[in-house]
Amino acid sequence: MYFPNPRQKRRTVTAFLLPSLIGVVVFCLVPIIVSLAYSFLDYDVLRPLSDALFVGLQNYKQLFSSDEMPKALWHTFQYILYYMPLVMVLALVEASLLNRAFRGNGVYRVIFYTPVITSWVAAAVVWKWLLSGKFSPINQFFALFGITAPTWLADPNWAMFGISMAAVWKDCGYFALLFLAAMKNIDRSYYEAADIDGARWYQKFFRITLPLISPTVFLLLVTTLIGSFQVFDSVQVMMSGLPTQATTVMMERIYTYAFKSYQMGTAAAWSWILFLIILVFTILQFRLQKKWVNYDV
Amino acid sequence: MSSFSFTAHKMRPAKIFGKIVFYVIITLAAILVLVPFLWMLSTSFKGAEPIRTIPIRWIPEHPTLSSYAQVIGMSSFNFGRATFNSFFIAITCTVVQVLSVSMAGFIFAKIPFKGREKVFLLYLATMMIPTTVTLIPSYTILNGMHLLDTYWAMILLALNNAFGVFLMRQNMSAVHDAYLEAAMMDGCSMAKIFFKIMLPMCKPAVATMTLMAFMGAWNDYLKPLIILTSNDMQTLQLALATLNGQAGGKENILMAGAVLTILPILIVYICVQRYIDEGLQIGGMKG
Repeated sequence: MYFPNPRQKRRTVTAFLLPSLIGVVVFCLVPIIVSLAYSFLDYDVLRPLSDALFVGLQNYKQLFSSDEMPKALWHTFQYILYYMPLVMVLALVEASLLNRAFRGNGVYRVIFYTPVITSWVAAAVVWKWLLSGKFSPINQFFALFGITAPTWLADPNWAMFGISMAAVWKDCGYFALLFLAAMKNIDRSYYEAADIDGARWYQKFFRITLPLISPTVFLLLVTTLIGSFQVFDSVQVMMSGLPTQATTVMMERIYTYAFKSYQMGTAAAWSWILFLIILVFTILQFRLQKKWVNYDV
Repeated sequence: MSSFSFTAHKMRPAKIFGKIVFYVIITLAAILVLVPFLWMLSTSFKGAEPIRTIPIRWIPEHPTLSSYAQVIGMSSFNFGRATFNSFFIAITCTVVQVLSVSMAGFIFAKIPFKGREKVFLLYLATMMIPTTVTLIPSYTILNGMHLLDTYWAMILLALNNAFGVFLMRQNMSAVHDAYLEAAMMDGCSMAKIFFKIMLPMCKPAVATMTLMAFMGAWNDYLKPLIILTSNDMQTLQLALATLNGQAGGKENILMAGAVLTILPILIVYICVQRYIDEGLQIGGMKG
């Protein structure tokens, strides 16, 4: 767009960019530096910063010497291993179902999206009871077939799986909506050509749909993995009042160190380790994308 | 979309069978999605009658609103105040965020300046920084500003949303320069061009952004948990979490509380729902 007056242009750019730039600088760029600095301090947030001691790599050493970190990491990985494949596959199925013309399409879409707009607190409160054992609808459903389902959250072997199930239920509609948007962008002529060649539905799905929406799949895999490593709300609300030794996740540790025991240095060290782990996995995903993501269309 | 016909007399039996199978599958999926909500609603209308029953009584024998009354009259938190806080924070944060990201999107889409691409990349990079890293310093920065436990803290944290800036930029790029230049020739101010031309022409994106921002603010748990510590500043989500910690066996009260926190967001969603698909599709999700 052409500006006759450069001063007016400068003023416009400054005024329009300022609010979001404050957000970027004050609550993102500065915090990155500050948090790295904290991780080298023994800093009790209830006391002034001048009381904080420089301890070098002490926080990191401490963190690697206890078994807290491997445990929290393992629980986080468990969540990711159960949650990611399930939510991706189910959302693809859901999107494929919605990606055709039928009566009531809009109603089904609203139903599938309702868990997404529900807050994690509300969802977790409900799922806490759905996963409470004997009297819950889930266990009663299994009981119909004579199967005794586990007590889920109260059972250390099943707790993370239960939390993952709730997360799949909650997020599936979101993924499906984005997959659906990508599917609608696919040129119909591909399917018409496939129909003429007598292709079956699964051939059309794996040879046409999936390759052509692979950029969206990739984008969601990357953002979801970043989010999954930071799982917190669901675990925190669902496990309140229950034994948590099988469900201590990374974010829960960071929250506890920072805002329960006020050890900002330890918490910052944890958060940097988590950040580095996320970074490694994200870079890995970008490396691997050449093998399967299709940007040709 | 409507490429195949619904009139049964034209269909071959195989096609009708396929259609029935399709409806059975999609309806089963819908029921699975709805079961938690149905259980929540049904339990919230139960009063003194037992909840832990085999089989489950999906329709309460004596439906009552007493659980709702109990949530509203709860002494451990002020339900009215929490509702006000939730609405106030969600609405102000939504207005601030939608305005702030649209303004940034407008610049990135329409007003070139030196180094613009670099600044835009910087915005995008913030999307990849996990909350974990920024959360603790954000807290101490707000502490230093003496803004902890205030609405201002929540509003400041809502100022930027990188995904939102990206979404608005993609949509605003599609608006033709001619509209803006014509308005400028007529002597319109930049503010007027932005509010009277740009925003109305990007309605689906603004609606998508509004829902995203409102959802984010209304449903947020971790940020309010850390920042809003006093009783008077509690939001509905925090109140529900508190209730969850103390209610023990009283599922009916908890479920009534859950229903009350979901209703407002559900209403907002249904109001803007028809714009959402459109907005997301233009949002450049092609990757």
